[in-house]
Amino acid sequence: MSVELLTYLFVGATFALYIGIAVWTRAGSTKDFYVAGGGVHPIANGMATAADWMSAASFISMAGIIAFMGYDGTVYLMGWTGGYVLLALLLAPYLRKFGEFTVPDFFGSRYYGNAARSVAVVCLILISFTYVAGQMRGVGIVFSKFIGVEISTGVIVGMAVVFVYAVLGGMKGITYTQVAQYVVMIFAYLVPAIFISLLITDNPIPQLGWGDAVNDGSGESVLDRLDNTLIALGFDAYTEGAKSTLDVFAITMALMIGTAGLPHVIVRFFTVPRVSDARISAGWALIFIALLYTTAPAVGAFARLNFIDTVHGQEYNYVPDWFKTWEDVGLIAWTDKNADGVIEYAPGAPFAGKPEFTGELTDAGSRAIANAPSDNRNEVYVDRDIMVLANPQIAELPAWVGALVAAGALAAALSTAAGLLLVISTSISHDLMKKTLARPLTDRQELGYARMAAAVAVLIAGYLGINPPGFVAEVVAFAFGLAASSLFPAILLGIFSRSMNREGAIAGMVTGLLFTILYITWFKFIDPASNTAEHWWLGISPEGIGTVGAVINFAVAFLVARAFPEPPAEVQTMIDRIRIPSGVERPHDH
Amino acid sequence: MDNQAYWRANLRLLSILLTLWFMLSFGFGILLVEPLNQFRIGGFKLGFWIAQQGAIYFFVILIFVYAALMKRIDRQHGVADD
Repeated sequence: MSVELLTYLFVGATFALYIGIAVWTRAGSTKDFYVAGGGVHPIANGMATAADWMSAASFISMAGIIAFMGYDGTVYLMGWTGGYVLLALLLAPYLRKFGEFTVPDFFGSRYYGNAARSVAVVCLILISFTYVAGQMRGVGIVFSKFIGVEISTGVIVGMAVVFVYAVLGGMKGITYTQVAQYVVMIFAYLVPAIFISLLITDNPIPQLGWGDAVNDGSGESVLDRLDNTLIALGFDAYTEGAKSTLDVFAITMALMIGTAGLPHVIVRFFTVPRVSDARISAGWALIFIALLYTTAPAVGAFARLNFIDTVHGQEYNYVPDWFKTWEDVGLIAWTDKNADGVIEYAPGAPFAGKPEFTGELTDAGSRAIANAPSDNRNEVYVDRDIMVLANPQIAELPAWVGALVAAGALAAALSTAAGLLLVISTSISHDLMKKTLARPLTDRQELGYARMAAAVAVLIAGYLGINPPGFVAEVVAFAFGLAASSLFPAILLGIFSRSMNREGAIAGMVTGLLFTILYITWFKFIDPASNTAEHWWLGISPEGIGTVGAVINFAVAFLVARAFPEPPAEVQTMIDRIRIPSGVERPHDH
Repeated sequence: MDNQAYWRANLRLLSILLTLWFMLSFGFGILLVEPLNQFRIGGFKLGFWIAQQGAIYFFVILIFVYAALMKRIDRQHGVADD
């Protein structure tokens, strides 16, 4: 069977599975739609959270990014896992005890009024739409790379699938499809990783393999070989970073508190039966996430080493097949600067921007490119995503593994998109329509509005996926920075500070948010030329500025809170209530 | 039922665990990574290993330890949810 047919088969089968699950577990009430009835087992919720959290970027791009960043890739590995400690210890149990449906619900009750609720809704929608556009784009890209259809066709297929199961199933449908998606995703990630680890070190466990010796009899470990090879080619050592320590610190912190403040992650913990389940469920979520996150840096190191070994100093005629396959897709390009027919890999970009293929072949047989070569020695353009996508071919695995990777990447993108669309739709039907506009809605009507909002959100996300605002990749920093500088501090203070009043919380959120938006906008959009370490404030990059935004949020909140009256007595009672685990309303069974 | 004592016990546990969380990730994995890289654990430099593997394992352990100890504190103060 051809790769393409296998891919259709795998992707078709998994899509049918997701839709089947959604029909089987469809939501019958708003409680089902918003929090899956509140009766999800903590392990199932952990798995669903892992799928919800790990996006197309985690699956496709992260290992490749780490492969080219070396030690600096730590910011993603630690930043996107350490946040679960904060979530488990500081937020999840208390928000579960609070026991309502949405994150803005918490703001409305704790900061007594619709002003705080509305600020939270705005933050939530900003964060979630930023994120979801990237996911829909990811679906389209996977389709175009593996099946060869147009990106927009892929986005439409993805939209149709999410439409069915998010609109029909709500949180309940999403929860169980996410469990299935996690299984597909992790299997698709681990199989090629295990084989590439075997290929390079004979050790089947990638987490251990990348500390072992390369299996060529030299006795040199993978990382030592990588360090030595890179230094010989003029790169920095793999295990040492190029970013400043302060910047690494700030980015890691921003990603951690941003993770803990992401609404689509927080609401997953509203779905478990008890407070103690919310704590343990965060632990399970992190186990399932760690399985991929501890594999990714191993894959990155193996792939980088293998890339250099097979490509550098090789005559183009003798490069392995995968080089040519991905050259055909445009993710690899070669410009023979010294016209010797041999590929040379060195630091720096081989030319500016993405390759523009002329449509003709060079004398050596490679695809000719129109870009003017840069004046360094590097001749190879390589898109970082191939470090994951090309692995099955690099390890010479059978065709079905490639099809599996496509299904896994789609699972990663769809599960995250569905989770995001759900928090967007609930914040509109529940927080905006019902609570803020105070419409007298029956449960049935509210469910109808929730479905309608989900449908509209899918359409907007699909539109953004097909016509991406040129800055999709750039604005990922936004999502985490915004969550870190707005929602996280306000929720934390709401639980741990009795005296924090609505004036303080709102002032803190607004200043933290504005500061972060302005800083990122300045360096990313207004003056991108100055986006270098010497222009950054204290050397902190836009990716890390959310940490400073959070500090500003806390400081402003405390200062402003002192000038206004303490929160009313019923809020004090509520704080007392959420601080103890006993007395949770019993969920109904599934 | 003394909820104030319960809350104090909770805060004490949180401050211990969060200190450990900070030391292992930001301390050993970022601020002290260079001196730690002089030691090795198998084929890894120690600091690098903590930053890209060890910290993640530690985060998992930390959450389960928290969940278990917290359950005990809940029971001692009669506020457990089961």
